[in-house]
Amino acid sequence: MNKKQNEQKIIELIDVCKQFDGVTVVENMNLYVRKGEFVTFLGPSGCGKTTTLRMIAGFDMPTSGKILLNGEDISNLPPNKRPVNTVFQKYALFPHLNVFENVAFGLKQKRVETTYLDKKGNKKVRFEKIPKNIIAEKVKKALEIVDLSGFEKRSIATLSGGQQQRIAIARAIVNEPEILLLDEPLGALDLKMRKEMQLELKAMHKKLGITFIYVTHDQEEALTMSDTIVVIADGVIQQIGTPENVYNEPNNTFVADFIGESNIFSGVMPKDGQVRFCGKSFACLDGGFEKDEPVDVVVRPEDIEILPADASPLKGKVTSVIFKGMHYQILVQSGRYEIEIQSTVAPEIGQHVSLAIKPDGIHVMKKVFRVNRFNGVITKRNTVEFGDGEFDCDVTQLYPGSYLDEEGYLITAKGEKLDLTDTEVNVEVGLHDITMSDNLDEGGAQGNIISLIYKSEYYRYIVRTENEEDYVLACEDLWNENDLVSLSIPKDKIKLSLKVKEGIQQ
Amino acid sequence: MTKAKFRPRFSRKMLAIPYGLFLLVFVVVPLFIVLYYAFTNDEGKFTFEYLKVFFNENGEGLKGFFSSYNFKTIMRSFFISVMSTIICLLIAYPIAYIIANCKLKNKSCLLLLFIVPMWVNFVLRINALKELFVWLGIYNKSNAWNIVNTIIGMVYDFLPFMILPIYTTLIKIDKSYLEAAKDLGATPAKAFIKVTLPLSKAGIISGASMVFLPSMTNYVVSNYLTSRNVKIVGKLIDDYFTGDLWHDGSFIALLLLLFMFLVTWLTGGFKEDDQSVARGASLW
Amino acid sequence: MVKTLKGIAKWSFVGLILLFIYFPILFLTVNSFNQSDYIQNWTGFGWEHYAYFFNFENEPIRVVGQTMLLAVVVAFLSTLLGTFGAIGLFYAKKRTSATLNALNRIPVINADVVTAISFALLVSFIGLDKSTYIPLILGQMLLCTPFVVLSIIPKLKQMDNNLYEAALDLGATPRKALFSVIIPQILPGILTGFLLSITLSLDDYVIAAYTKPDSFTTISTHIYGLDKNNIMGAKIKAAYWAFTAIIFLIIVLVVILSNVLAYRKTRSKKR
Repeated sequence: MNKKQNEQKIIELIDVCKQFDGVTVVENMNLYVRKGEFVTFLGPSGCGKTTTLRMIAGFDMPTSGKILLNGEDISNLPPNKRPVNTVFQKYALFPHLNVFENVAFGLKQKRVETTYLDKKGNKKVRFEKIPKNIIAEKVKKALEIVDLSGFEKRSIATLSGGQQQRIAIARAIVNEPEILLLDEPLGALDLKMRKEMQLELKAMHKKLGITFIYVTHDQEEALTMSDTIVVIADGVIQQIGTPENVYNEPNNTFVADFIGESNIFSGVMPKDGQVRFCGKSFACLDGGFEKDEPVDVVVRPEDIEILPADASPLKGKVTSVIFKGMHYQILVQSGRYEIEIQSTVAPEIGQHVSLAIKPDGIHVMKKVFRVNRFNGVITKRNTVEFGDGEFDCDVTQLYPGSYLDEEGYLITAKGEKLDLTDTEVNVEVGLHDITMSDNLDEGGAQGNIISLIYKSEYYRYIVRTENEEDYVLACEDLWNENDLVSLSIPKDKIKLSLKVKEGIQQ
Repeated sequence: MTKAKFRPRFSRKMLAIPYGLFLLVFVVVPLFIVLYYAFTNDEGKFTFEYLKVFFNENGEGLKGFFSSYNFKTIMRSFFISVMSTIICLLIAYPIAYIIANCKLKNKSCLLLLFIVPMWVNFVLRINALKELFVWLGIYNKSNAWNIVNTIIGMVYDFLPFMILPIYTTLIKIDKSYLEAAKDLGATPAKAFIKVTLPLSKAGIISGASMVFLPSMTNYVVSNYLTSRNVKIVGKLIDDYFTGDLWHDGSFIALLLLLFMFLVTWLTGGFKEDDQSVARGASLW
Repeated sequence: MVKTLKGIAKWSFVGLILLFIYFPILFLTVNSFNQSDYIQNWTGFGWEHYAYFFNFENEPIRVVGQTMLLAVVVAFLSTLLGTFGAIGLFYAKKRTSATLNALNRIPVINADVVTAISFALLVSFIGLDKSTYIPLILGQMLLCTPFVVLSIIPKLKQMDNNLYEAALDLGATPRKALFSVIIPQILPGILTGFLLSITLSLDDYVIAAYTKPDSFTTISTHIYGLDKNNIMGAKIKAAYWAFTAIIFLIIVLVVILSNVLAYRKTRSKKR
């Protein structure tokens, strides 16, 4: 980030939510953009990044929340009254107008406040169109900026994709907007063109000095061009930071996974500066977690070093080596973990090696909660015991095509008869599938509410049982902390899968 | 920045209002008026008597029903309509297929030849056909000839409506489907039955629905070509209305409406797609 | 050998059907030069029917004129209503859009007689006077407007949805964006709808029969109402043969001309 730049917030989103037909696309978005910054909204398709951009442009209105431009609320201002211009993904050049008419379109709509003297010599104010010669001049300049001087008379259909792209940019910047919005503007270009345009856009940003907000799903594009990257997933901001920051210090596994290649492991933090994963202990730089807190560990492939077989405790066997031009992509199987490594030296397939990771190559982050996961056991009655409780479940989902006979044995699709009693299973239950009740006779487990967080549409509760098993659940009603509740889960919402024993292929 | 004035903002959706009102007043309301007339008598009382006309004109019961004038007219129109639709299909499909698969560069030009006559006024065209029948000596020759002439007239009039949608679906079929079928060992005939025919179903349905109902009701054709000797449903309704028997006429119209809704619903015609643009929109 | 046989069979079928389609009209065209008013007796070549047709003292040319005037008025109003209707329908909320679409389809699929009588019932219900021409114009609009909508919607579908937003983004008011971006983009559809409306109005018999003022006739109602046994009727009818021949000639010329133009265009492109 350029520290010399004005720290003034040009645009600010406060608690912005957007729903389409009841589906939340953008959830409680809070962010601001400084004047003159190049900000990129990065995320997979459907993550809400384009919707956010469209709300800034004024094409969509936020369901709730505010959008401030230079401190003024513009949430309900129509797009034609916003000092913001957009470069669309498919350019959206007007096919019935030529290049000049396209670029001049915005200028022709503008009315400039001018003061003049009336007959009596009084000063008056009126709105006037921009004179034709000034429009022509401005269009000429804009075309110069995008390197397409002399294209004024050409029709849009005769232009190549790259040229259309430049015209679209010229059409937007000729209006001297305070903010230029770019919605995946390079998506339709081929790789080489795209690389060129990336650099040109970056140069243009420097020259014009206006704020750019750029939307892309291409992480490389985001890393090369931006001052600040806003990583968005599922309508929620995952991380805001400089490209270096986002790459080197990802906030969570999503960011780590989305930006660059990465190995993601489940681990625990026995103490600050130490993390256990892949069955081994490693020194790291992170701290501030509870003792033995489950964490996600991210290691970039280029941060792993391949050593001779006995040099390090993490041992494994090379299973694949692929030449990638700048480096080799190597896969090492260590126990049941597959680890990806980038190296300029290639080991041989089948070679036994050991792996070392420097403390600064290990990134420890809090686990992102998505579903409740438990270890469970099937009982004699074909129910499942987990999380300090017992629940009805559908055991036939363990074997596709199977059914239960009258005696409670499971008959598989192949006709085998199985007794599932004491089978160990993985249990998954969604946040929204657990219901609470104060009737303690209902439900399969009981516990106290130990935490609740308001999440705009619902409250998120954590219920802890006597033996310290935690359930995380979502509920629209408000309960009190420490309430003793019973938990029930519909039979069809309990997802079961067989535990895969180590070393045994299914 | 000027403050946004509070007034209802113009949006594109609002443009639907005038046409929505137009449809409401001139499409929906008339349907209810027909419904009202079909089940009331001159004093405005609820009645089933127009259904009973079917039953007690030639004696009670089913026998009376089958021999009633209205039932016979409906059956006659139905026969004419089915025959016209089948003949149209038998002519239109090969024509559309030949044009769609010919090696000519300007296929639409050939297609145009089949559509151009539509630009001559329809009554003038039917008049031409009638004069031809007179000249050939088959005009009003016998009852059987009258039915045949009516069917020829319907086919003559509605053939383009059948050719167009079938052509549009055939031209859209990706040639690689057929190549794939042949590659997988299908004979040309088999490939046609298994690939081309199912893929052109939409066009056939669309075309058939454009021919079927009009052939049941276009009484200008039947009257003109048979010296008013073949009566079809359309004429039945017209007779009731010109005879000031609005209630009876409405009842028959209601039957036709129900039939139309049933057929359209069965063929999925109310769903949003651009098939039924066929009745001429692609003419231009 | 088999292939050429197949080809011969194919093209003779096409030729046969074309003959079926064109023979009646050609037959009338030939007879329009018959001196007699009756087809059965050819009394010699002559221009009498054309002379009769082009004499403004006589009915046919006046009827043709007023029918065309009606068609233009109806087509204009239908296009206006249908264009805005189509845009509104296309951008309305899903359910509204689907409902309007289904309603729009009713007059298209419905039998003309049913449309005509139900509309006529409404006219008498609200007591509209037929001699004001309003029922006739509204009735024919009911016939034409759905087709205008149907010919514009595909153009709206093809249009890049961002164009309208781009115009707003560049500072155009929604109204301005509508007229300077959307309308030019769907212009071919609007034109199709207009021409289609003209042919539909010219072709219409049933609606006109139920809604026209008593003093007014269109080509369709005029011919249909002619009494063939009356000498005057036969004369007028023969005049209409001349009219048919003229229309046919014009169409043939237009088709040939458009083809020549299209051919030239492709040739100049190749150069």
